[in-house]
Formats: sequence, C-alpha cells, structure tokens
Amino acid sequence: MSRAAAVTESRLARALLIGGAMAFLGFFLLLPLLAVFSEGLKQGWSAFAAAIVEHDALAAIRLTLIIAVISVPLNVVFGIAASWAIAKFNFKGKSLLITLIDLPFSVSPVVSGLIFVLLFGAHGLLGPWLQAHDLKIIFAVPGIVLATVFITFPFVARELIPLMMEQGKDDEEAAVSLGANGWQTFWHVTLPNIRWGLLYGVLLCNARAMGEFGAVSVVSGHIRGMTNTMPLHVEILYNEYDFVGAFAVASLLAVLALVTLVAKSVLEWRFDYHHGGAGH
Amino acid sequence: MITVQNISKRFGDYPALHDINLTIQPGEFIALLGPSGSGKTTLLRIIAGLEFQDGGKVLFDGEDVSDRKVAERGVGFVFQHYALFRHMTVAENVGFGLSVRGRKDRPSKSEIKARAEELLSLVQLGGLGNRYPAQLSGGQRQRVALARALAVEPQLLLLDEPFGALDAKVRKDLRRWLRQLHEQMGLTSIFVTHDQEEALELADRIVVMDHGVIEQVGTAEQVYMDPASPFVSDFVGEINRLPVMIAGGEVQLGGISLAIPAGEHPDGPAQLHFRPHDVELADHQPGGLPITISNIFRKGGCWRVEGHHAAVDRVIEIDLDAGVAPPIIGQQLVAFPSKSRIFAAGCP
Ligand SMILES: Nc1ncnc2c1ncn2[C@@H]1O[C@H](COP(=O)(O)OP(=O)(O)OP(=O)(O)O)[C@@H](O)[C@H]1O
Ligand SMILES: [Mg+2]
Repeated sequence: MSRAAAVTESRLARALLIGGAMAFLGFFLLLPLLAVFSEGLKQGWSAFAAAIVEHDALAAIRLTLIIAVISVPLNVVFGIAASWAIAKFNFKGKSLLITLIDLPFSVSPVVSGLIFVLLFGAHGLLGPWLQAHDLKIIFAVPGIVLATVFITFPFVARELIPLMMEQGKDDEEAAVSLGANGWQTFWHVTLPNIRWGLLYGVLLCNARAMGEFGAVSVVSGHIRGMTNTMPLHVEILYNEYDFVGAFAVASLLAVLALVTLVAKSVLEWRFDYHHGGAGH
Repeated sequence: MITVQNISKRFGDYPALHDINLTIQPGEFIALLGPSGSGKTTLLRIIAGLEFQDGGKVLFDGEDVSDRKVAERGVGFVFQHYALFRHMTVAENVGFGLSVRGRKDRPSKSEIKARAEELLSLVQLGGLGNRYPAQLSGGQRQRVALARALAVEPQLLLLDEPFGALDAKVRKDLRRWLRQLHEQMGLTSIFVTHDQEEALELADRIVVMDHGVIEQVGTAEQVYMDPASPFVSDFVGEINRLPVMIAGGEVQLGGISLAIPAGEHPDGPAQLHFRPHDVELADHQPGGLPITISNIFRKGGCWRVEGHHAAVDRVIEIDLDAGVAPPIIGQQLVAFPSKSRIFAAGCP
C-alpha cells in the first residue's frame, strides 16, 4: 500500500522525468535522424537513388562491405579466443590482457589511426621495409582493415567474457570427460552456450566496422573510388556542398543503425529468455 | 585397483593437497569426507584427470595414468551442479559420449537413441528423453548427469557432492538408489561429501580429509568408534571436547579428579573427547564431572541434555534414553563418560 502511495505522490516528478528524457531523445536522436532522411530526399527519390548508384558512392559502399566482411570474422575469432582464454584459464598477464582489450575504447580513434601510420607509414617503423617489398598498407585497403579490426576488437570479447565467466568450465569439462575432443567441445557445447551473446557482439561489431570514421580517416588517404568508406564519402560530399549526395549515403548508414537496433532488441529478448529460462 | 601415491598439489602458494596416499579396491564405494576447502574436490579431479598433480602418481591397476587425459582414463565424472548441456534434450545429453566417438567406434544414431533410452530407464527417467534439462527437477537432473556419465561405460565413477544441491528427503532416496546402482553395475565409485551422515551410511570406507591431508581412512565403524585424531573425532559424529590436565596418571578438570584412566598419556595439558550417548548421569558421586543442567529437549529417539561446568566454555551435550525421566533444568548432577578418548592438547 505504502509503495503505491509513494509512487502516486511522485507522479508529477515522474511525468517530468519521462517527458524530459523523451524530449531530449527526440531532439538529439530522432530529429537528426529524420533530418538525414529528409535532406537526402529533398530533391526526390530519383536524385536520392542517383546519388547512391553514382560510381564513387558505389565504390565506397563496396569498400565498406569488404571491410566489414574481413574485420567482423577476424574479430569473432579473436574475440572468442581471448574470452575463452580469459574465462577458462588462469595465466600470468591475464589482467593485462583484459586491460588491453579495452584499449580501443579508451584511446581516441584518431590516435588509433596514427598508431598504424607510425607503424606502417612511409616514415614509420616498418615503412622502409614495406616500400622495399612493394607492400602498401597505409592509404590502402589493408590499413583500413587493420584500423577497423583494432577499433572493433572489444565488441565481441567484452560481450563474451562475462558470459563465459559466469558459465564456468563445468560444461566443457563434462564434454571432455565424455570423450569429446577440443573441436567437438567447442562446437557442441561452448558455441551453443554463447551463441546469443556472440550474435549480439557481432551485431555491434559490424555496426561499428561500417560506421567507423576517425581511425579510418587517418589511414585511408581519402582516395575517391579507392580508399573511401561510406562515412568518409559522406564527409567529402558534404564538404563539397553536395548535400543530397551526402545525406543519401548517410541515410544508408542510418538504416544500418536502425536495423542494428531492432536486431539488438530482438536478440536481447531471446538472450534474456534463454539466459534466465535454462539455469542450472 | 586405484592407487594414489604421494600426491601433492598447490594453487599458487596454497597447498591444496599434501602427500596423499590412498589405495582403492575394485568394487569399493569410497567417500571423501571433510570440511569445506579440505581438498576433496581437488583430489577427485586429480584422480579423474581434470586437474594435474604437482608431485606423485595416480595408478590404475598398477599402471601410471598421470599423463593420461580424462577421456583416456575410463572414468565417469558427475559434477556438483550437474553440468548438463542445456541446449540438448535429456536423451542427447545421455547420448553425447557415444555421439562424439570417432567414426569407427560410433554406434548408429538409432543405436545411440536406444542406448540413451535404456540408461534413462535405468535411472528411472524413462520417457523423459525429449525434455530439456531446464524442465527437470534437481533430483532428475542429477540422475540424467549420472546416466550421461554411465553411457561411456566407465570402470570408475567419480561424483563431486552428488546430492549437495538437493533437499534432505530426495537426498536420502537418491543415495540409497545410487548405492544399489553401484552394486548392480559392478562399479568402483568415489564420492565427495561434507555430510558425515551420508558418508557413514553409504560408503564401504571413508577417507577423512582436512587441510589437504588425509586424517584417517577406515570403515564407518572404525572412523566413528576409533578416530585416529582429534580432528576426526570432532568432525565425524558429535563430540564433547574438554580441556583437561593429566597428572600422575589421573585426569583432572578444574582441580577435580575424574574416574577416567589416563593410560599411557604423559603428564600435562590434554583434551578429553566423549560422545553425547556415552555418558551416564548420577547424583553426587566422586569421580564424576559436576554439571548444572541448562537445557533439555527431545531429539529424535532420546533426550538431549545440555549442561555447564565452570571450567569449560562449551556446553556439554548428553543423550539420555527416552525411556528414563529426564533431569530438570537447574539441577546439579555429575556426568560419567563411559567411553572416552584422550588426545594431546593443542591439536585442532
Ligand atoms: N582452481 C583453483 N585455484 C586456486 N585455488 C583453488 C582452486 N581450486 C581449489 N582451490 C583451493 O584449494 C583448496 C581446496 O579446494 P577444494 O575445492 O579441493 O576443496 P573441497 O574440499 O572440495 O571444498 P568444498 O567442500 O568447499 O567443495 C581450497 O582452499 C580452494 O580455495
Ligand atoms: Mg568441493
């Protein structure tokens, strides 16, 4: 009874808080999103479509997809390996590894990009050697992949580490004691146990891989039709006052964000359900 | 025959096991009993091959298996929290050990299914094969875990607190049933427990552990009636422990000489152990331990009498036959331990 009363008394405060939050979200998130679409569509659908099928735009989209197709699987492998090691084994330097995984989150993306320039650039540490062997990393696709892999590294690992820690290693030990080899244990026991968390991490990782600007901008060199990803392409068009073009491509990124959000909520729902529903 | 030779194990600086020696005959049902942190699970896992010792050897039938992995040792392991695969049905769980075999030794799908069903009826869960673990009760899950471990036809069954997470009634039924299963299948079994009642009731022999060492190995009778150390005496069954002085062949407490022979024990401080049911009460007579009755209650088939003595800070517990009239609270009586044991002072 007293709980209900306490809630009623604060009805005004509650309305203010919810209203405030909604207004804030509307102003800072929803409005810009709508603006992106409306700017892109300002001159009608045909101009919108033309801006997207334009040669450089298509090249940017293709490059972005390639980057995602390379870096997401890489990070799935790295992420599973790292979280497996951290959650199921004790070793020296474990806490260092956990800290390192968070590094891309704590470093400014521009700095992350610069790290690779310092390593692989013409005046960088490995620059002369790379040049001698005619290998191009900076201002080329490999550099963009490296920067993206670095930036998106934490997404899968951070999703899996707490999940795997919570699950412990009983299931794996049970599988091994029943005669399963390492691969069978992973495939039949570990992977099904982490699948929803993994999917969730992949989703976030993918969204970031496609949307990353800062680090990629440093290593890309902005060569049109060659090393421009979608976010970089949007920036270039915008700086050239091609607003329809910029916002048309930007709306593709916005759609990606919306799809990610929906998929994320669906996953969260399934994840919670499986998580809570099948305890020991 | 399983032989554990001079096994020791450290976790960092912490010595979890120290120089463990143990021999187990085929067909035996062995309990590892000890308080939390005494190293029971660690020893069980080393025997299984889930953990590896720092020193010493594990021999199966005289053969050193120290370097063999768990799958090569022919053991079945049942985990405390069941560790069932939650995304597989009960039948798939039970069949797992068969379905991961190499192509050559793997039975067909229908054979695996039939075998799983057979094992499920053995553990009295026939017809539940299509359920998921989440849809079973704790006792049922534990039996699935057991069926799964038995599916690979182990010689040795290892169980880590198999009934730890179950309520008292289910525990009791399940442990009787496990004992039967053990006989029926001709297994050798080792189970971990910190419940002494469980160990005393089930096991052929009990291994009492404390702080990473074996304190005593023996039958329930030996461990209970003839404890090898004050720890065993205290841990297995209920005990009264009194700090006493040995002087000139007499056992003294608070200046009173008790009618208990000191035996070979050297002069000096010592501890006197006796069980609650090994005490007789009397009016004032020399040689008894004077106590004031502080509490009386009915405890199963007897009266539990609690008394105080000025020189002892613990209550003294006494069980009296339910047929006799109990004393009254506040009454001054003397207690005569009819069976007792003297240990050196200072031991835990
Ligand atoms: N993986 C590990 N890392 C570090 N210390 C450990 C590890 N496993 C066990 N220990 C320590 O070793 C000691 C013995 O542990 P063990 O699990 O064998 O005890 P136990 O007798 O099974 O206790 P319980 O009844 O609580 O299960 C404990 O002090 C424990 O903290
Ligand atoms: Mg244990």
